[in-house]
Amino acid sequence: MKAPTKTPDWNVLGLLPAHLIMLLTLIIPIGIIIVVSFSTRGPYGGFEYVFTTAPYKQLLFNEGWTGELEFNPQYLIVVARTLVLSAVTTSICLLLSFPVAYFIALQRPAIKVLLIYLVTLPFWVSMIVRVYSWIIILGKDGVVEKTLRGLGLVDNMDSLLFGNTAMLLGLVYSYIPLMILPIFASIEKLDPALIEASHDLYGNRLTTLRRVILPLTRPGMIAGAILVFVPSLGAVLEPTLLGGGKTMMMGNLIQLQFGGARNWPLGAAIAIVLMAAVMVFLIFQGLRSMRTEGLERAA
Amino acid sequence: MNDEAGHGAPRKAVEIKGVSKVFGTYQALKPVSFDIYDNEFFTLLGPSGCGKTTLLRMIAGFEQPTAGQIFLHGSDIQGLPPHRRRVNTVFQSYALFPHMSVEQNIGFGLENLGWSKDRRDTRVADMLRLVHMEAFAGRKPQQLSGGQRQRVALARALAPEPEVLLLDEPLSALDLKLRQAMRDELRILQRKTGITFVFVTHDQEEALDMSDRICVLGDGEIQQLGTPAAIYEEPSNRFVADFIGETNFLDADVITVDGEQATVKTQLGMTLTASHKKAVAGQKAFISIRPEKISLPAQDNPIAVDGTIMSTNYLGGYTYYLIEAGGTKLRISKRNSVSRGQMFEIGQSVKVGFAAESVRILGA
Repeated sequence: MKAPTKTPDWNVLGLLPAHLIMLLTLIIPIGIIIVVSFSTRGPYGGFEYVFTTAPYKQLLFNEGWTGELEFNPQYLIVVARTLVLSAVTTSICLLLSFPVAYFIALQRPAIKVLLIYLVTLPFWVSMIVRVYSWIIILGKDGVVEKTLRGLGLVDNMDSLLFGNTAMLLGLVYSYIPLMILPIFASIEKLDPALIEASHDLYGNRLTTLRRVILPLTRPGMIAGAILVFVPSLGAVLEPTLLGGGKTMMMGNLIQLQFGGARNWPLGAAIAIVLMAAVMVFLIFQGLRSMRTEGLERAA
Repeated sequence: MNDEAGHGAPRKAVEIKGVSKVFGTYQALKPVSFDIYDNEFFTLLGPSGCGKTTLLRMIAGFEQPTAGQIFLHGSDIQGLPPHRRRVNTVFQSYALFPHMSVEQNIGFGLENLGWSKDRRDTRVADMLRLVHMEAFAGRKPQQLSGGQRQRVALARALAPEPEVLLLDEPLSALDLKLRQAMRDELRILQRKTGITFVFVTHDQEEALDMSDRICVLGDGEIQQLGTPAAIYEEPSNRFVADFIGETNFLDADVITVDGEQATVKTQLGMTLTASHKKAVAGQKAFISIRPEKISLPAQDNPIAVDGTIMSTNYLGGYTYYLIEAGGTKLRISKRNSVSRGQMFEIGQSVKVGFAAESVRILGA
């Protein structure tokens, strides 16, 4: 037998442009950020190539005049707030989206297309404008305040703006379409005969929802949760405009460090922490779905 | 009222009373009334769009009748949601829950009925044995073949011991060979469990093979209801004669009608007397004669005509001939009972014959 002559597999080169783009737009920029995060802050902004772990220490500690480290939770609070707000945003989006997506999925095809179009409609308007509109709604003499005062429910209320509630509202508003769409898609894929089968086998509405509809639409919910949670972690506009610059999230904290505070290494360090958080979340999700799939295959 | 039936008389499992269904402006089902008896294999047969599936879905509770009532063992089930009706359905697509194992699928209905774990496990094991699926208890539906899914769907629907089992074209997704095997199995299952089966199909052969009684539906109304033999041998109208099996239609003029019998002069020229339905003396009618009831060549048949072989189709067990006779075409099937038996050539002149008893006269 003659061994087949081995020819180099040139097909691999076909993917070269894709790899090149990944390298230029993903790997190198992240590399730069990592380098910056371990550099020394320049006297007039920017940075100098002098290795230090100071930016990461700065996340947790204040350095006193004599070099002693004093625990400072201010950045940790921002990280915690970001995680909590993102998680709450994701949960609220999930709770609100499921009935909406289900309702849309039940409509006639023409209505369905219209409703899906309406869900995606906000994306056609600039994000800044959309978030800004909440300032008008929630602000002093805004629609909400005027209505409440007009009804005599409140006399003199604190502004609804500039706080966790306003930021949460903005986040939910911004990202809810990203939850509705994948859930809608998974409900659409659900065979109506399965719901009938559940009813036929003595399952009432609640049983059918719990044992048939929810488990079978879980992939859509997971996809939606990732699509909402990840951008929420990095949100800049909502905390900047609705948090009033006082209540910060990681997104605008990073922006502040690169901008006004002129502390690039610290900004880079926070960005790396944020990225690590997202990666941990995604790896966790990936492992979970791999495990359920594995269980299903093993069964 | 069940006790009305008394001893011996079959108990009514389902009573359909004047049930009709309108979707928007489309009348899917005109008012129909009939009874389905206990322990019966009852088939709703008809072409697509005849209303058979609508009727089944109304019994299951997925659709509400526009008018009329449905009784299940004597009690009106009008307005009861599907999960409150003691009927179960075998769906056309099986509709097995993909995220549950075979066992979990079969136990689903029992859980909802509040059966204890022990009782459930026993019943699920019994059902698995009944459909010969013991070895697959832990599998997911997507790991099963079409025939296996079919069995699981059956087991799942039979497990809660429904008063009536509804089957919505359950064999249509299977290949031919499996379909034949499942027919026998379904029949055996029905006898073993003693549960009333209401079977929907558009396949007349399936219906004839399995049913105790068949209800032929067409254009949203009942065309005929009876045993397979009655429906095949004594069709009550052209639709039934045409839809069930194959037949030859010949024009005829009705001469006299005498009770069950009518005398007609057919387009082949001969006069014959046979059983009839709705024939009126002096009016047009047609006669239906099945391909296998025409002898080729004519033996000592009282009715015989000369003809010419137009085409032959050899199908192994049978050969089909198309014969031109008396200005019309007759389709004849002849069993190949002897290897290399008598074959006929295209263009050959033959004499074909049949008995008057084999003919059905149908009023136009």
